[in-house]
Amino acid sequence: MNMIEAIRDAMDIMLAQDNNVVVFGEDVGYFGGVFRCTAGLQAKHGKHRVFDTPINESGIVGVAIGMGAYGLRPCVEIQFADYVYPAYDQIASEAARLRHRSNGQFYAPLVIRMPTGGGIFGGQTHSQSPEALFTHVSGLKTVVPSNPYDAKGLLISSIEDDDPVIFLEPKRLYNGPFDGHHERPSIPWSKHPLGEVPEHHYHVPLGEAAVRRQGSAVTILAYGTMVYVAEAAVAETGIDAEIIDLRTLLPLDMATIETSVKKTGRCMVIHEATLTSGFGAELCALVQESCFYHLEAPIERVTGWDTPYPHALEWEYFPGPARVGSALKRMMEA
Amino acid sequence: MAKPNSPIRLHVPEPAFRPGDTPDFSSLDIPAAGSVRRPTVDVSPEEIRDLAYGIIRVLDDAGAAVGPWDEALDSATAIRGLRYMMKTRVYDQRMVMAQRQGKTSFYMQCTGEEAVAVAQQMALQLGDMHFPTYRQQGLLIAAEHPLEELACQVFSNPGDVLQGRQLPVMYSFRDSGFFSISGNLGTQYVQAVGWAMASAIKGDSKIAAGWIGEGATAENDFHSALLYASVYNPPVILNVVNNQWAISTFQGLAAGDSATFASRAHGYGLASLRADGNDFLAVHAVSRWAAERARCGFGPTLIEWVTYRVAAHSTSDDPSQYRPQGEASAWPLGDPVERFKQHLIGRGVWSEELHAKAQEQIETEVRQAVRRAESLGTLNSGSKPSIKEMFEDVYKEMPPHLRKQRQQLGV
Ligand SMILES: Cc1ncc(C[n+]2csc(CCOP(=O)(O)OP(=O)(O)O)c2C)c(N)n1
Ligand SMILES: [Mg+2]
Repeated sequence: MNMIEAIRDAMDIMLAQDNNVVVFGEDVGYFGGVFRCTAGLQAKHGKHRVFDTPINESGIVGVAIGMGAYGLRPCVEIQFADYVYPAYDQIASEAARLRHRSNGQFYAPLVIRMPTGGGIFGGQTHSQSPEALFTHVSGLKTVVPSNPYDAKGLLISSIEDDDPVIFLEPKRLYNGPFDGHHERPSIPWSKHPLGEVPEHHYHVPLGEAAVRRQGSAVTILAYGTMVYVAEAAVAETGIDAEIIDLRTLLPLDMATIETSVKKTGRCMVIHEATLTSGFGAELCALVQESCFYHLEAPIERVTGWDTPYPHALEWEYFPGPARVGSALKRMMEA
Repeated sequence: MAKPNSPIRLHVPEPAFRPGDTPDFSSLDIPAAGSVRRPTVDVSPEEIRDLAYGIIRVLDDAGAAVGPWDEALDSATAIRGLRYMMKTRVYDQRMVMAQRQGKTSFYMQCTGEEAVAVAQQMALQLGDMHFPTYRQQGLLIAAEHPLEELACQVFSNPGDVLQGRQLPVMYSFRDSGFFSISGNLGTQYVQAVGWAMASAIKGDSKIAAGWIGEGATAENDFHSALLYASVYNPPVILNVVNNQWAISTFQGLAAGDSATFASRAHGYGLASLRADGNDFLAVHAVSRWAAERARCGFGPTLIEWVTYRVAAHSTSDDPSQYRPQGEASAWPLGDPVERFKQHLIGRGVWSEELHAKAQEQIETEVRQAVRRAESLGTLNSGSKPSIKEMFEDVYKEMPPHLRKQRQQLGV
């Protein structure tokens, strides 16, 4: 399965299993979503469970909160993460705090899915990675899958979760494990072991990272598309790095990170989002707090530049394997 | 009759026709051309509430200009308008081809909607500001903005005045009265109101025109715009282009079946008109009415343009997945270029021969302009905008952290 099919499969299973699950968003119903993630779900589960909405993101999240408080489990789509901002008030002020401010009388068991990241020449309004805007808000969980197997298991866990979950889908990974080498032919998920997805219901639990590559020289903390960029950089430099795919940014699997950094003594943090106040800053602080005496070099960050995502110069912006590789070499010399 | 306490069912709107159906618009209420009255520009919104439900039309089925909204537009201006519409269409066709050839990543056509942007531009003045969506390229063409500059933006080449920063068609041409297109829906509608408020604060007589699709009227910012327009009475035209579709979503999901988009204005006590967007003369006359009203200090007008999105939403879209094949040709308001051409032929100032000659000449002109743009590079070949430029204009002056990042990139 590719990642689109895996995500669709998770929703399909949950719609069948729990009649409180509803799925909606812009172009999500009849058409099945601009990335086809909900294709066929309306025909199968009915237009009262899977439907189109007006083009109004605050409304999508606002009604989802109301439904969630009533007892439904809405799994909604924001067409692109770049279009979530009209819904930000509903997410940050409402969904995130409903449980706390009502002392548990009401809560918002919803999932807000959205395609994220660049690499498709989408320009500044189809390429953003706004994860830090969500991890900064108490009360939200934030998930970023990097492959079809995880996407399905994480989405099922997210739909079953009683807290609001932001589910960021790296759109450049929808069809294959993209490693930043845009000049090479793309590889489909059918050629990757993590493209093998069981048909049944299963969980990938929230809050558990995965070690994608064992290594001893340096720990690379990555998520989403950057997992494959890290793999390419490691292959190209021959540096024996340990690659950790965080999968869930919040709750964060600090135990796995700590064990690895204490073993390697070095840590690099990579993400596609802008640098300043990015999630990488949080990771650096946490690693510093728990592993300071084990560190042999300063923690490095490789990220997108602090500019809007440019259309024509996408590949100069994207933190690809060359940039990650040279940072790795620099680190090993330190 | 349903009894209280019996199960309630959610209403989910659905379009009348889906793929496989035969579209039939005979139930659509289309008033005869010339049948809607023309009030004076100082009319109070209260007195014209009915005009939000009719359709102002000038061109009748035979192509004659009839009724109170016929301005007897002079032939030279009219022919200019026809040529701008033809040029808009030719440019669109050319750029779609360029996208298919891999010369750019993306393109959006306005096929069938040319009259709306072209005629409104011709009814406004230099110094006015449009806040367009991605489907008003006709504004630039009718402003005679050099076509080559539009094409350079689409190709993201070194001739692109936006340095390849923006997605194709998200133009910005201040000198042609064309505000920078954002891409986020609805955000700029309320900014148009702010621009118009500024004109009033400064005691100027410039006006602003906001543009939005019927789908995007669902966004909160649409309602913010109407509210501010109502409270401060600034000189603004609030255009709603109702082309029936928002990607795969039909206008009923923006609540278009419950009430016309024009009637949204009534809750705010705003003047509102509804007009045939495929009728060049109606668009020109109605736009001029609203512009005059605004310029005389009588305040905003919302205008719903009834039209149809003939082409795909964008080059990434395939409408055969969600609407019937024949829907565009079944659309009862016809094609704006064809209708205006017939009118001018009927007037005796145009002919099939002149039209064919104009078409050929426009095709040559567009081909040459696009070629000149191409010679500077396309998205995937030739030179690109300078990499250094990526870090410019994030701020007026580059802060130290960006300077450092630019050095890291080695440019
Ligand atoms: C805030 C926001 N949400 C969603 C989108 C994605 N999107 C782009 S165009 C579009 C449809 C808009 O339809 P309409 O307003 O009717 O304009 P039309 O395309 O028909 O001209 C959507 C949903 C967006 N650009 N911005
Ligand atoms: Mg539309």
